[in-house]
Amino acid sequence: MNLVKLTIDNKPVVVEQGTTILEAAKSIGIKIPSLCYMKMDDMNFENKPGGCRVCVVEVEGRRNLAPACKTECLEGMVVKTHTVRVINARRTVMELILSDHPAECLTCAKSGECELQDLAQNLGIREIHYTGEQSHYKGDRSPAIIREMDKCIMCRRCETACNEVQTVGVLSAVNRGFESVVAPAFEMDLDHSVCTYCGQCVAVCPTGALTERDYTWKVIEALVDPNKTVVVQTAPAVRAALGESFGMEPGTLVTGKMVAALRKLGFDYVFDTDFAADLTIMEEGTEFLDRLTRHLNGDKSVKLPILTSCCPGWVKFFEHQFPEMIDIPSTAKSPQQMFGAIAKSYFAKKLDKKREDLVVVSVMPCLAKKYECTREEFSVNGDADVNVSVTTRELAQLIRNANIDFASLTDEEFDQPLGESTGAGVIFGTTGGVIEAAVRSAYELHTGKHLEKVEFNELRGMEGSRKATVDFDGMKLNIGIAHGLGNARKLLEDVKSGKSDFHAIEIMACPGGCIGGGGQPYHHGNVDILKKRQRAIYEEDAGKPIRKSHENPFIQELYKEFLGKPLSDLSHELLHTHYFDRKKKVEIEE
Amino acid sequence: MAKVKIPDNKVQELKDICKSFNNDPGELINVLHQAQQLFGYLPAEVQEIVADEMNVSVAHVYGVVTFYSFFSMLPKGKHPISICMGTACYVRGAEKVLDEFKRRLDVKVGETTPDGKFSLSCLRCVGACGLAPVVTIGERVYGRVSPDDVKKILDEY
Repeated sequence: MNLVKLTIDNKPVVVEQGTTILEAAKSIGIKIPSLCYMKMDDMNFENKPGGCRVCVVEVEGRRNLAPACKTECLEGMVVKTHTVRVINARRTVMELILSDHPAECLTCAKSGECELQDLAQNLGIREIHYTGEQSHYKGDRSPAIIREMDKCIMCRRCETACNEVQTVGVLSAVNRGFESVVAPAFEMDLDHSVCTYCGQCVAVCPTGALTERDYTWKVIEALVDPNKTVVVQTAPAVRAALGESFGMEPGTLVTGKMVAALRKLGFDYVFDTDFAADLTIMEEGTEFLDRLTRHLNGDKSVKLPILTSCCPGWVKFFEHQFPEMIDIPSTAKSPQQMFGAIAKSYFAKKLDKKREDLVVVSVMPCLAKKYECTREEFSVNGDADVNVSVTTRELAQLIRNANIDFASLTDEEFDQPLGESTGAGVIFGTTGGVIEAAVRSAYELHTGKHLEKVEFNELRGMEGSRKATVDFDGMKLNIGIAHGLGNARKLLEDVKSGKSDFHAIEIMACPGGCIGGGGQPYHHGNVDILKKRQRAIYEEDAGKPIRKSHENPFIQELYKEFLGKPLSDLSHELLHTHYFDRKKKVEIEE
Repeated sequence: MAKVKIPDNKVQELKDICKSFNNDPGELINVLHQAQQLFGYLPAEVQEIVADEMNVSVAHVYGVVTFYSFFSMLPKGKHPISICMGTACYVRGAEKVLDEFKRRLDVKVGETTPDGKFSLSCLRCVGACGLAPVVTIGERVYGRVSPDDVKKILDEY
């Protein structure tokens, strides 16, 4: 390892060869402003096109200013990060960017979270000396993501997320010069593209160019309708991140406050998606054991590995990219949809109400869930099982709207029966969690033995793609885990080519799993935030009295009173689904 | 965007072009050049097949096609009109000539008339600066063109 010595703002610093000036400065507490640059270790995310020129610095002996994000440190370098020349250049660059940016900050969805806004403030921009033409592009409103490209600053982060990290390949820079814009092929709407709605482009966009479709008003309308019973479900990852929207330390668990806030908002029943996660384990776990047993008994018609199917971004990904493999994922619906189906059948019956009288709202860390609940197969006679899906960010907005002082709320408990969950349901929120939950139950159901230690540390972690072998009382189960669709693609290619010997694979579309979902409070490139959320999820699990899905008493009751047993006819009707080949066929004449 | 249906044998030819470059994504521009020779332009379907064969995203192919002015997604007219915008032609009033073509044909640069008869494009210097401003239609070259000549020229076709 070669080291180089240099000085930055008269401070000596020693760094490894290959380190950029930006990183070296950061290591000694000098924060050079940047805009297009974003790097997330562990997530395979590195965006440094060097395009915005905001991070320029003066390097002694060089004629031109150097972009700190792309310039490597050299021995003896003398770097100045805030000379008059640098400050003037930075301000000029910023003013030029702002001269082609709509001045709509007051009403922009990203206001307060916008990196461009923050930067303008930090640089003290009080006037824009340049006026000229402004770019205008076609807007795009999909069920989950809104593209307002007039607000784009061409940082290319969304392209990196879509193409490098997720390998979905929807976005590319198209056209040239002033006309250039980041868009799908043929500038079609996202709705017609292979977009998975994972929302990772939204998660990294520095401005308001990419945002979620906001459904908060639909929630408010439902809440004030006296003829509707409004039921809410909250995904596991929401409680580990919602606090951030109210200035709390990342990783603060706010389950009890969240429940209290939802009740204050006026929801008639505050339930938990974690309950449906436990239900997912019952169905998916049983399906896995059934497939495994038949496979071991030599039934050639049964395919392994089984792939998890909780993540709607992942589902849409394989429907587009691996349509020849749509028969291997589990047929179990996602927890969001299982919840909706049970709420509008079992629970509606308990209330003696028609399904149309119920409005099911879901709070999700996710943008793809907004799309998922619009899929036709998840509605009955035009009435969707889940009517509205809002993100963690939108819930924070609803809470602020209702003048609730979140931090001072006293913890409250979920309602029953659809609010009871186990630790296994909670860990669905992080990469590795679904498969750990499945293993906890499958182990006991398969071996008939009591599982002493419920933590499977070999399944935990943040590496993009992991392999582990779990001992099922003598039988070795090979398990694969991938988070981030690029990692999922690699695992799937191995399965396709017969190179892998997995029995089961868990896949989550977003880096980190749902804790890193596209609907979570913005992390602004800080991976530590995701790690803290992950710790919070495991903390919640550890504190639960019951930690195996099949021991959830309300799940047991649901089967006894209503469903019969896992994979029963009614279970199939309500809790399982099918997938579609979405590979676009080229029309050929004759 | 109108759906274009590509005949079977042409699809095979296109795939052969990709194959002749080992389906190497680095050869995308060369593949697109040959594809444009084959079809005269690069409709969406052609780009989709190329993307599929070369294992790159359609968005990426479209990005390349829209970046380089050589590539076109619109079919050329039966009589492609090019107006030289090189320095000599430009200073001798090529822009006014161009404006007259645009007005008479009611198309923009890069477009084709709805009947498919004419398409309009600009180029830089055909090496006949002595005849500036120069217009070419197909293989024919017209020199010292003034806006008043445009109607007469178009009437020849």
